[in-house]
Amino acid sequence: MSITYSTHAYTPGLRVSWCTTIRKERRLPLPGEILVKKGEEVSQDQIVARTQIPGEVQIVNAASLLEIEPEELTRYMTKKIGEKVEKDEIIAFRKGFFGLTTKQVRSPIKGKIEYFSTATGNISIRTEPTKIEIDAYIPGKILETLSNEAVVIETKAALIEGIFGIGGEKKGEVHVAVKEPLQEMLPENVNSSCKGKIIVGGATASFEAIKKAIDYGAKGLIVGGLAFKQIKEILGYEIGVAITGHESIPLTIILTEGFGKLEMAKKTFNILKTFEGYNASINGATQIRAGVIRPEIIIPIKKEECDEKEEILSGSIRPGTKVRIIRHPYFGCLGKVVDLPIEIDCVEAECSVRVAVIELQDGRRVKVPRANIELFDW
Amino acid sequence: MVSVHGAQMDIENLRLVLATDVGSTTTKARLFKKMENGEYRFISSGEAPTTVEKPFEDVTVGLRNAIREIEELSGYKLLADSAETRIIMPFNGKDTGVDLYVSTSSAGGGLQMIVAGVVKTMTTESSERAALGAGAIIMDSLSIDDGIPLHKKIEKLRFLRPDMILLAGGTDGGTKAHVLEMAEIIRAAEPKPRFGISYSLPVVFAGNKLAAPDVENMLKEKFFVKVTENLRPVLEIENVEPARNIIHEIFMEHVMSHAPGYEKLVKLVSVPVMPTPAGEGKMIRTIAEAYDINVLGVGLGGATTNIYSVYENKFVRSVSANLGMSYSIGNVLKSAGINNIVRWLPFEISEEELYDRIGNKMIRPTTIPQTLEDLLIEHAIAREAIRLGFQHHKSLARELKGVHRERTISDVFEQEVKETYIDMKKINMIIGTGGLLSHTPRRQQAALILIDAFQAEGIVKLTVDSAFMMPHLGVLSTVHPKAALDVLEKDCLVRLGTVIVFSGLSEKNEVIGHVEVKTEDKSYEVEVKYGEISSIPIGLNKRANIQAKPEGNFDVGGGKGKTVTTNVEGGIVGIVIDGRGRPLALPEKFEERRASLLKWFNAVNAYPITGGEIA
Repeated sequence: MSITYSTHAYTPGLRVSWCTTIRKERRLPLPGEILVKKGEEVSQDQIVARTQIPGEVQIVNAASLLEIEPEELTRYMTKKIGEKVEKDEIIAFRKGFFGLTTKQVRSPIKGKIEYFSTATGNISIRTEPTKIEIDAYIPGKILETLSNEAVVIETKAALIEGIFGIGGEKKGEVHVAVKEPLQEMLPENVNSSCKGKIIVGGATASFEAIKKAIDYGAKGLIVGGLAFKQIKEILGYEIGVAITGHESIPLTIILTEGFGKLEMAKKTFNILKTFEGYNASINGATQIRAGVIRPEIIIPIKKEECDEKEEILSGSIRPGTKVRIIRHPYFGCLGKVVDLPIEIDCVEAECSVRVAVIELQDGRRVKVPRANIELFDW
Repeated sequence: MVSVHGAQMDIENLRLVLATDVGSTTTKARLFKKMENGEYRFISSGEAPTTVEKPFEDVTVGLRNAIREIEELSGYKLLADSAETRIIMPFNGKDTGVDLYVSTSSAGGGLQMIVAGVVKTMTTESSERAALGAGAIIMDSLSIDDGIPLHKKIEKLRFLRPDMILLAGGTDGGTKAHVLEMAEIIRAAEPKPRFGISYSLPVVFAGNKLAAPDVENMLKEKFFVKVTENLRPVLEIENVEPARNIIHEIFMEHVMSHAPGYEKLVKLVSVPVMPTPAGEGKMIRTIAEAYDINVLGVGLGGATTNIYSVYENKFVRSVSANLGMSYSIGNVLKSAGINNIVRWLPFEISEEELYDRIGNKMIRPTTIPQTLEDLLIEHAIAREAIRLGFQHHKSLARELKGVHRERTISDVFEQEVKETYIDMKKINMIIGTGGLLSHTPRRQQAALILIDAFQAEGIVKLTVDSAFMMPHLGVLSTVHPKAALDVLEKDCLVRLGTVIVFSGLSEKNEVIGHVEVKTEDKSYEVEVKYGEISSIPIGLNKRANIQAKPEGNFDVGGGKGKTVTTNVEGGIVGIVIDGRGRPLALPEKFEERRASLLKWFNAVNAYPITGGEIA
């Protein structure tokens, strides 16, 4: 076997860390007001920025209501651009011949006159803006404020990136409901103590257990895997494109390994077990396309609990690198790279690819396409 | 000499050219060289994952990795020894540098547009064709007569984050009111650009020229307005090229320069970056023009399925934004339904297992099939993605048949509701491109996927892009058409062969025709049985005279029961005779279906299947 190695093999991996420095940007959808200062300590729920989203617009075809040509509209406007109006207030008015008939246009909403056009004869009225506030999501120190759009919060935390999630941001105490990472979470593992918590299952969770967790008011669920079909049962619809996070479900669910029943990686499980009882911030939002976003579990910890000497995985693989296989027939298996032959090889499907030889945890040596492994510190 | 980024470049003397495509999943670099005989040839390729996302957020990282692979394989030094990615230019005549660097891109979601027109079936449809032809993905399309109340239209628009809006409407000199109303809606909704909330969203106006000054006045305060020629100056004419050109210009100048991670790429290229589908489409048009034929093409990507047709000189591109082989593979499953995928599999697999495998491909999109089972699953999904994509394409590839009734807007025109003008029996060539089709372990697999998915009819030549370089050649052709055509001919288009399809239906395995094939030194006679497929080994660069004689109810393109005599080209797969009938129906029962699929696969030696068993 060749001993020549490709020097820049790049395989993306998910971060799983006992302690790392998290820098979280909290960005407003539109420029607005930043409510905190650089260096300030903030709590999880503290509002750090707010803005206003422009109100809705309604357009009224005034010319037709007044029975005039559009270019005549200016003469009949009773309100100016920018002027406030109440719902049903008259905004344009026309007296007929000898004042015998009148035509009027009333505002369909409360708001401001935004615009009127002598080309179309339309008047647009915009409602008051809607207030949008964003909280800190994680406790920590304000590292910087970015003009009037965003703040960056820094904290020390354990971090686990999942592979797929549904549901948005949630905060709650970590509660480990199973003994082993290979165990399936069943209804008997869920009880009233799960209320408001982020539950940690093992390899998977039954539909009944998930339902029970929702009934008890749990906020999050972290498991190794779930059947892809089960996601449909939970949501009531199929997910076609992996862009999630906006589902209206009471329980945010994060899969750490993938679809199916898959043992949660021991390191992931151990971190969650160690920090049981700690407050976590989680987000199921996943976007595989156009700027990858992976679901995250952030468990803020004290500085003294933090060991930052932990090996940081770089973006390259080489002999000895710990990896996870992410495609059938070894899906989910963990191992170490033993060889990275530079020559193109052939696998069962006859695909000519660059391969990696992996020694699995059980001692077997298998050859897999390099594209089918990811860096993973197990 | 041509002007490249303001500098004069001696195009006739291009010796080494680097071209890249920054795709949503993979960055693909290709190196082309002018040989001693003056011909341009493809000499090396390199690929690496695209790095548009965190932690890199800089496409030049993936670009460097892909180019470095070319350096390793070809021995040419292309990258400067600097921390920042820099391509050495010009070529030193020996082993360092290139004379030209061009690129296409679809990463970061490609070019995303909103189109708006007045009449849904007229100007809005033309706007869609213009935007799609420019390589865009359409996020939404709006018309005055689309039945959506005005405030709902505004509501829909205001939360979208497009890269650009294309507004059209009205014939030149016609009524202005409706197109101005549409401009008013855009003004009221004030959608923000996807990248950089501080810059003005570009709006391209390609409607009634009399309305242009008013539209500009109405929108210029909040948008960057660019006026171009009307894409429907009169009812009977669709003039989409000027709008497409402006879209490309704005894509480079306004969109790419604001897209995170792209700033550096924009500075590296010798000519503007083109959207990947625009590059692909440009090359498919070039092929149709060069051979004067009707062509169907498919770019089956990770996120989208692009279908191109050049039919009787009409070019149409459609994009099914959520049908793809990786990011949106789950959507193929959702749209096609599991049974339509399972029907192409010659082995049993539980529904749960199949769902999980597809789901896992979706969340780990860069993985590749290691087992034959996984390969067959991907090929089944590919057939369905193309089938659905083509269905969508046909709804855009239809005649402009506006009939003037009266001068009101909601029902002024009557559009003939004909599914499409594309007659499959008149298609001369089908081209497949995209990672899956370009990289099938055996070319026979690509041939079968194209035949099955498009339900090819008549006598059709089948080709694939050998190493996924159509987009590269498309952008290269804007600078040096000869170089692009040379590479296309010699290295890009792989001739799979020709398929002769017997269209029609039967209930039994009867003889439905005969085919005689004669080459210079050999002749073959094939009795065509219903439900069967066979191949004749007429290899690359070989031609054969064929006579296809269908029985009464069957048609090979000349009409029912009519014999067709012609000369066809062979290829890697040879001449495929498809007697499975059209529309292609697969047996309902698993055992029968499995037997049919294995028989078809084996007839063209598509997979390593021995003794009727999946290895």
